[in-house]
Amino acid sequence: MAGQDRTGRFWRSDAASGLILVSPTALYAILLLAVPVAMVLAISFWTQNYLEIDRTFTLKNYAEALSEPLYRQLMLRSLTISGAVTLTTVVLAFPIAYFVSFHVSPSRKSLWIFLITIPFWTSYLIRVFLWKVILGFNGVLNTSLQGLGFIDEPLTFILYNANAVVITLAHAYAPFAILPIFVALEKIDRSLLEASQDLGENRVTTFLRVTLPLAMPGVVAAVLIVFIPTIGDYVTPRLVGGPNGLMIANMIQTQFLKLNNAPLGAALAVIAMVMVSTIALIFVGLNRRYLRGPK
Amino acid sequence: MRGGWLRIYALLYLVFLYAPIILLPLFAFNNGSIIAFPLQGFTTRWFVELTTIPALHTAVLNSLMIAVTTAIVSTALGLCAARAATRYEFPAKRGIMGLIMVPLVLPEIIVAVSLLVVMLQLGLGLSAMTVILGHVLICTPFSIAILNSSFQNLDRSLEEAAFDLGETRFSTFRLITLPLIMPGIISSLLIAFTISLDEFIIAFFLTGNEPTLPVYLWSQLRFPQRIPVVMALGTILVALSILLLTTAEYFRRRGIARTGADDTGGFL
Amino acid sequence: MTRPLIELRDVHKYYGDYHALRGITAQIGQGEFFSLLGPSGCGKTTLLRTIAGFEGISSGAVLLDGQDMDRVPANKRPTNMVFQSYAIFPHLSVAENVGFGLRKRGDLNAQAKRTLVEDALDMVGLGGYGKRAAHALSGGQRQRVALARALILKPKVLLLDEPLSALDRKMREQMQVELIKLQRHVGITFILVTHDQEEALVMSDRIAVMFEGEIAQLDDPEVIYKRPASRKVADFIGIMNFLPAQVLEESGAGVTVDIAGLGRAVLDAGQITRGSGNGAEAGLRPETMTLLYEGQSAQGEVVEGRIEEVVYYGDMTYYFVALPGIDTPVQLSMRNLFGRDVLAVGDTARVVWNPGSVMLFR
Repeated sequence: MAGQDRTGRFWRSDAASGLILVSPTALYAILLLAVPVAMVLAISFWTQNYLEIDRTFTLKNYAEALSEPLYRQLMLRSLTISGAVTLTTVVLAFPIAYFVSFHVSPSRKSLWIFLITIPFWTSYLIRVFLWKVILGFNGVLNTSLQGLGFIDEPLTFILYNANAVVITLAHAYAPFAILPIFVALEKIDRSLLEASQDLGENRVTTFLRVTLPLAMPGVVAAVLIVFIPTIGDYVTPRLVGGPNGLMIANMIQTQFLKLNNAPLGAALAVIAMVMVSTIALIFVGLNRRYLRGPK
Repeated sequence: MRGGWLRIYALLYLVFLYAPIILLPLFAFNNGSIIAFPLQGFTTRWFVELTTIPALHTAVLNSLMIAVTTAIVSTALGLCAARAATRYEFPAKRGIMGLIMVPLVLPEIIVAVSLLVVMLQLGLGLSAMTVILGHVLICTPFSIAILNSSFQNLDRSLEEAAFDLGETRFSTFRLITLPLIMPGIISSLLIAFTISLDEFIIAFFLTGNEPTLPVYLWSQLRFPQRIPVVMALGTILVALSILLLTTAEYFRRRGIARTGADDTGGFL
Repeated sequence: MTRPLIELRDVHKYYGDYHALRGITAQIGQGEFFSLLGPSGCGKTTLLRTIAGFEGISSGAVLLDGQDMDRVPANKRPTNMVFQSYAIFPHLSVAENVGFGLRKRGDLNAQAKRTLVEDALDMVGLGGYGKRAAHALSGGQRQRVALARALILKPKVLLLDEPLSALDRKMREQMQVELIKLQRHVGITFILVTHDQEEALVMSDRIAVMFEGEIAQLDDPEVIYKRPASRKVADFIGIMNFLPAQVLEESGAGVTVDIAGLGRAVLDAGQITRGSGNGAEAGLRPETMTLLYEGQSAQGEVVEGRIEEVVYYGDMTYYFVALPGIDTPVQLSMRNLFGRDVLAVGDTARVVWNPGSVMLFR
């Protein structure tokens, strides 16, 4: 009786209602995300001959992925490009977030944020393709600069290489970097800045000693939210990267769809995920002291 | 003026952000088949040509169907999760919500590859259905983010008050909760629709023989003579996106005004 | 108390390991204005919400009109609530808010409902406001709408969760009076949750003082003020001077104590209650002591001290007086009658006190 009563009270409790309500979404994520990712992990330990999958456990794919110079070069390049994209994007984004948060009147802030987010929602493929048009040998940038007399020869270091990938991705991920920093800056109590100046700091030292440390959670979020997805980007390296700008995602696609070597592709995907997560965790760990405090 | 240099920087940054979008209509109305300056004069023939490509029409219809289904399913899933997250404490809440939100940061190629693996292992064919499964996965976190803020702006005692005044849980939801979060729901539908309509990599992996619009576009980018038509199509898509986003923003703001809360910024 | 309408029988409430209500037993009468008073976190709001049906109880029983309310959800209970935030539906007009609970009343036609809404608005002084948008109202108006919306259903009990805490001082005092009048007018049992002791004293027929999930004292305001059941209640309600005391003799006639700084007194049993456990203390309210002005003579015990500090309130002045033999100055209050001069720091004070209003905590 008492047990029954307790069960009855559990089913009327918050915990039960919450679990029941969240279960459709959670089940969906488990079935279509957790299970598939686990499957990729499993396959990475198998081998494939044409269309036959051999399910004996082996580390052969990992050995190949880690020893073959081509794959190692692609991994390294992906990390370098992602790192460069992250650095560029966040460094370029910070002043914008700062400007909107501190120098735009409150009534116009959401308009600015809206303006910043619009380009992000327009066709990604077409945006990347247009960067190719802008950066190309006869592209908009080169013809304009030549027309204005700044350069004699078209610049060639801006298309079909890693630079082009960095520029294009920095454009694509701009709002992802601006928004978290903006949110962090918005949360800063303005009287803290006045207090700092009242205690003898000037504008620059106030920024360094108060504003920046308080904005760090936003910067960390911006770094992660740019770094993690860019490493898996496929379209940009393919369209503007040229042979020397290809990244790991292009190889994963090739293994899966062209070479019919899903196990090797899976191993590459797993390695990429592990690398990204490791770097992300180290980065969060390094910034631990900024991330504490009340949520 | 305060922030003078910053303001100049901000304007330059906006130019950088908008450069591709501004160029798009220039080339779409340009009377020349090469995408380069100088422009050759005004024409609408690329837009006319759009109407004569059956494969494009199939792709558009396919994409629309996928986007509408994705929008509805991910908003429904988002409603459940956002409600549970904002209203209840339950075991393993952080873990569960974390898993659901992971696609927000997971490289899309991972989602694409892992779904492909499962479909092949289960022997299921690729179709619009498999694309929808993938799109719902990546759109749901966006829906949750939007609906979370709707639910957070909703004072819990409003629902208690309705219940206290004799309504059932269901009629409370219908009379109080739903009207007050409706702007969030509309906004979520529009955002999920836009993401799905634009998504390429998952569709590329999972689409089978029925290409979506971005997959079709991708196949056309290889042929230089098709580029002006792609520009025309892109112009229409961009115009459509801006229209949808402006509508979503309008509803979001109306929602804020209606509940009397402060406006705290954009979509994310 | 009149006929008991609500009975709380040994109500316990746990949130996980946290014991929020620890055996609440009380009866609340028909037509009574009853207050739950205590510091934040004492369980008063939780108790109110268990009566409303928003929170289940872990053990015990809540009876309303003799009927056990377990498993009766909030929407089926004859109670209505005025929320701390007022919970005015922002998408509905004032009239739609007030008439919200009438939706399912099939016995009333639209015209009858409209009349009820108008009457309810008139009752709270908002006649003619029906068409206004709810979010355009001021704090005081929202509160009236919340009251009208709850009272229109003629509940047996109206539950008020800190309804005045969001108002400014003047508005709050005005609403206190209006709420008392309204309660007399409708004759419904009101249960008020508040952390403001003055509010509880002003408004209530009876007060339950709560600490840490338990009722420390349940009585009418005057008893709670004059005869607090424990040192803790005495400390929470109003201002109390605590002076070290020593019990000299106990007999049938009473207890003889020596109060530091004041002198001897004989107290009867009603003046003695539970203390903090660190020896006996005497408690005196500031207004139970008086200062003698030049030329005045006293009826009672007189001691001399020195004025350490003067706090002027306009109608009142609080004096802090150092008495011989104690470290902390005692605080006493004087009304500034007939433009009487305020004494200054350093003046000699002749303090009169009355043994009849002393409490002994032991």
